[in-house]
Parts: sequence; structure tokens; C-alpha cells
Amino acid sequence: MLRGMQVALMITCLVDVFEPGVADATVEVLTAAGCAVTCPLGQTCCGQPAWNAGFAEDAARVARTTLAALEGELAAGAEAIVAPAGSCTAMVRVFWPELFETVGDPEAAERARAVAARTWELTELLGHLDLPPLALAAPTRVAWHHSCHLLRELGAVDGPGALLATVEGCERVSWSADERCCGFGGMFSFKLPEVAVAMADDKLASLADAAPRADVVVGSDSSCLIHLRGRAEAEGRPIRTQHVAELIAAALPSTEGVGSGAGEPA
Amino acid sequence: MTERWPLVDTTLRERMAVAVADPVVRPRVARAVDRFAGHRVEGLADLVDADGLRRVARSVKAQILADLPAQLSLLAERAEAGGTRVHWAASADDANRIIGDLAAGARVVKSKSMATEEIGLNEALEARGCRVVETDLGEWIIQLAGETPSHIIAPALHHDRHSILEVFERVAQAHGVAAEPAALNAFARERLRAEFLAAEVGVTGVNFAVAETGSLVLVTNEGNGRLTTSLPRMHVAVLGMERLVRTWAELDLMLCLLTRSATGQPLTSYTSVVTGPRRPGEPDGPDELHLVIVDNGRSDLLGSDLHEMLACVRCGACLNVCPVYRQTGGHAYGWVYPGPMGAVLTPVLAAVHAPPSPATDTATGHAAEVADASTLCGACMQACPVEIPLQDLLLTLRRRKAASASRPERAGWRAWSEAWSRRAGYEASTKAATWGRGLGRHARLVPGASRWTDGRAA
Repeated sequence: MLRGMQVALMITCLVDVFEPGVADATVEVLTAAGCAVTCPLGQTCCGQPAWNAGFAEDAARVARTTLAALEGELAAGAEAIVAPAGSCTAMVRVFWPELFETVGDPEAAERARAVAARTWELTELLGHLDLPPLALAAPTRVAWHHSCHLLRELGAVDGPGALLATVEGCERVSWSADERCCGFGGMFSFKLPEVAVAMADDKLASLADAAPRADVVVGSDSSCLIHLRGRAEAEGRPIRTQHVAELIAAALPSTEGVGSGAGEPA
Repeated sequence: MTERWPLVDTTLRERMAVAVADPVVRPRVARAVDRFAGHRVEGLADLVDADGLRRVARSVKAQILADLPAQLSLLAERAEAGGTRVHWAASADDANRIIGDLAAGARVVKSKSMATEEIGLNEALEARGCRVVETDLGEWIIQLAGETPSHIIAPALHHDRHSILEVFERVAQAHGVAAEPAALNAFARERLRAEFLAAEVGVTGVNFAVAETGSLVLVTNEGNGRLTTSLPRMHVAVLGMERLVRTWAELDLMLCLLTRSATGQPLTSYTSVVTGPRRPGEPDGPDELHLVIVDNGRSDLLGSDLHEMLACVRCGACLNVCPVYRQTGGHAYGWVYPGPMGAVLTPVLAAVHAPPSPATDTATGHAAEVADASTLCGACMQACPVEIPLQDLLLTLRRRKAASASRPERAGWRAWSEAWSRRAGYEASTKAATWGRGLGRHARLVPGASRWTDGRAA
């Protein structure tokens, strides 16, 4: 187990703007694991929306900014970059080199490979860190949402299964559709909103098959969770969503500090 | 392509919105693809190393495609040596004219073939005075219903037994048939048997052509393929020019993966190998065998940044695991090939047939936007038996589309990237309501530091 790591937070634009509680919880959890956390302020976005829409030059323009910010942090002593998002981590680790090659910038691609080698999705890194005993205040049945990029690009076939298993009071329920895309898909949900909604509804409806019934859908990507939560609320489904950082933060011993990362209201 | 394809005059979003609002078809599609996907997993489980075989298959396909012109020449040479007449069709129109000249005025039976759907052969033959009857059960159902296939291996997947009976009663004058699979099958068998016996020409696709012996391989489950290739006096086989293996050893590998990926079967009920027309002394088989090798845009893919799509064996596995197809079914894609493989093929193969229209949001037409019919979730790539990087190909197509996007769309992305390539622009565009703004540059965070951000509007 690693202790005392210097970790730089890639906060991701979506969490930064829409889910600050996830950022708080991420810092809290990493700190509890003995990490010294910094947040390079030069970062903006990984460029994925433009990359997936085919606008590679625009994606590269934005990605270079975040690349430089993360690089600077590594140069200043950070040992790892961590993001509370499988999707943005996959963009950095898998697609950045390809993106920069595509736009004819092999120098940036080389730099991106160096950054990629140090970049982790939060639960991947937590698997190597020494956390204090984790316990939830109330027993909670958790349905894990495999976000596509964490599962298929980063290869986290069991999600943070081993980590969740150590959390007292956390019961993971099986879910037939856990690996199926939620329908957010970045620009997809703007271009084909009716399909995006149908996919979320279908995925949530399949939770009814889960036995025992889940209390909360937990995942590692706020984008998916916002999409699913929006549909659950619109349809009046009795299910909450929670980012895994918030779940772990809520399970930290109370002496570890009280942040705002205790999950979302039901 | 004929005017019947919805691609011509509707947008992808319009078609998909209609599809997801269909309370009858949507659950049928979901049930069917779950069944297929489950069978695929079970079918591959009996292989020692299915993923290893997929890697080998990808490599073999790449080798074949790298040598495709020479292999096609070899195939043609060996087929001709065995008495098969070989025809080369550069376009759909060429193929239809060649087959129309061969079959004009004839009674034609067909076994299921996506290549003939692609070129619009049925309409072309009917225009030449032919009576054309599909003999694959699913194809016959949709032919009666006046529909197009909604899945590449299960063309009537959007129907259930009740709607099939309704079609049989309405169009084929079925009386007293129960809405049960066995009864529906029996009705179809009786009708189709008469068509087989009266047919003068049988038209089939080709699952694989084997270059070294000039053989044509068909996999079917209903036996209609065998009847189509052996009863009529003329057999016309339509081959997409990439559907070729060099050797029987390669065929073994491809069949092993194709049938398991499609239906979970280690082999389909019938694997028919046709090597030339009937020889003297043989009891059955056609007097004439014609092989029509169709290009229809495929040459444009060869050697291009999309060439890996030519490895597709048309198993349908990517459709069955696609979360988009699951909601929309196949018709919403607008052309002959749906699902992830269709999202790649449609912009390439249908583009020449679907010119830009005023309703189109890009200069490249309705065909190009089908590449948007994916969340890039990657499930298709994991299911593909020849490891086609479908997600990468979709991104390539989207980059092509972006290059000719409308001025407002390009300007929008440009404005976004200019703003978000600077921290100040990013903060301004997000109204400074960001978590990171609460931090000093390179702030060292300590426990409790998160309270710095309290009170900030989220």
C-alpha cells in the first residue's frame, strides 16, 4: 500500500461546474488515504466533447491547456494525477495520444503519453492506497453502474468491487443491465435526446429485476449519474444516484473531517 | 438505392424519435437482442480461447484485404474453371442489370441476402418482369408486409407471432392458421414449397467465397438456401467483394466465429458449399451458376482509413449488444444496414444515393449523420468476432463530417475551444461558478479545506 502520495486532481469540467460535492468528497477521500492533494488551476477540460463530435482541432486546442496544467503539476512533484471520472481519465490515457497524432502534433502526443502513464481514475488509485476502516451509518444496497469508459477503455471489469466490499454496511446488488450504456454519451444526448432518454429509462427500469432492490445507483462518472438521476426524478422512480467518491467519503470515520460529501438528498 | 429508404427524406433524429415512441416494437427488439446476445456468450464459451481466435480472425482478415485484388482474381479463375460464370459489378445498377439480363421474366426464389437488399435487386427484377419470392421465413414475412429488414440476420425481428399471422392473413390469404410458431412455419413451408418447385432462377447471397477452390459457402437454418441453390435451373450468387477467404482453413476459423457470434450455434443447421453448376451424372444442382461480384463503393474503402470495415462478416453481434439499436430497432437507421456496423457502412455505401437536401444539417447529406447513432460505449467492439474497431471508425466518419459541417456548427466549436483553452475564458463561460475557482494556484489542500468552496453557487 502506498502512503503519503502527492496527488494532483484533474477535477474535470463537469464536476467542477455541476457537482462540486464530488470534488469535495474526492479530496476528502484522498486525504484520508494519506495523500497530499493539489489542484492545478490551469486545467479546463480534456476536450472529449469536441473529439467525439469529430472536431479534433478544437479538442486538441482545449486538451493542450489541460495537458500543460497536468504536466506542470507532475514537474512540481506530483506522483499521480487522479480524476473522479472514468470518461475523462480514458480521454487522457487512451485518446489524447491519438487526438494529438490526428491533428499532426506528435510532440504533444509524446507529452500526453507521459502524462497518461501517471493518470488514474479515482477508484483505480484507491485500490492501491491505505484507507481507514470504512463504514456506512445505515445499511445501503448499492447497484454499481459500470460507466462505459471505465469498464471498456480502462478495463475495470469489476468496477471498484474490492473497495466496495470493504465498506461495512454496503451491500452490492446484482443488476442485469449494469454494463449497458446509460445513454448520456456526451453530445449524443444533445443530438438524439429521445434515444438518450429511452436508454436511461430502460436501464433504470431494469433495476426492478435486481434482487434485493437497490437503494442507490453508484458510479464513477457524474455525467452518467446526472443523466440517470434526471430520468429517475422525471419518472418518479424511487432510486438515488451517488458518485462513488461521495459514498466512500460518507463511510470515512467521523474524525476524518466532515465535508459536504455525504451524498445527495433522496 | 430506391426511394423507399427513409434515409432519403428524413433525419436520423426524426426516425429514432419515432422508433423509441413505439410501445409495441421496442420491447420486441429488446427481448430479441437479449436472446441473441445471450446465445452468443454461451456459444463462444465452448471455445478454449474465443478472444484469441478473434485476434487471429482480425489478422487473417487484414491479410486477405491487403491482397484482395489478387485473391478475387484467383477466386474468379478457380470458379470459372469449375464452370461458374463470373460477372463483375462496379455498382448496384451494374449488378441489377447483369442479374436482370440473366433472369428477365423468370420466376425467381431468393434466400436471404443483405447484398441484394443493398442493391435493391427485388425491385429491379420486378421491373424486368420477374416474380420474386423471398424464401427465408423472416424475409418472406417482411416481403409480404412491404417492409425492409430490421436486423441483418433476423429481418423480421420487429414482428411477433401475432403480427406475423396478421400479415399472413392480410396478404397471403391464410385461413385458420394458429398464431403459433409451428403453425406459422407449416403455412410458410407449404406456400414456399410451391414457389421452389416452380422457380426458374434461384438468387442467393454468399457468406464466404473460398478463393482456392472457387467455392461459395452459405450458412442457413431453414434449408431454403439449399433448395434455392439446387432446384432452379439457374443459380445466381451475389457476393460483396470483400466476403472472401483464401483457404478452407480460413473458412473453418471464420465459420467457427460467425455462427457462434450470430446465433450461438457451433454450426448453423445447413452449411452449403457450392462449387460450380451440376456436373454430368450429378442428380441435382443448377445447369448454370453465375457469380456476381459486387463492388458498389467497397473499393473506396479499400486502403482508406475505414478499410477495417471490410472485415465485417455480417454476424449481427454488434447490433445485439448495441444499447442504441436496443431502443430503436433497425428501421430507424434509415438504410439497409443498422446498428454499429450500419452506422459505419451507411455514411460510406449509401452516401452516393442520398444527396444533400434542404432538411440536412450538413453538406454531406443524411447518410453521413448516421455515424452519430452511437454513444461510443464500445460494447460493439467487444462483441465483434473480427475485432473491427467500430468506435474508431465512427470517430473517423465524424471527423469527415465535421470537416464539411455548417458554418454555425464549426463557429460554435471554435468559440468553445478558444474560450476553454484559457482558464479565464473557461471561468467566464461557466459564470465563474466553478469548484476550482475557490482554490489558490497550486493550493495544498488539507482536511476540511473543502469548506473553502462552501457557499459558492453550484
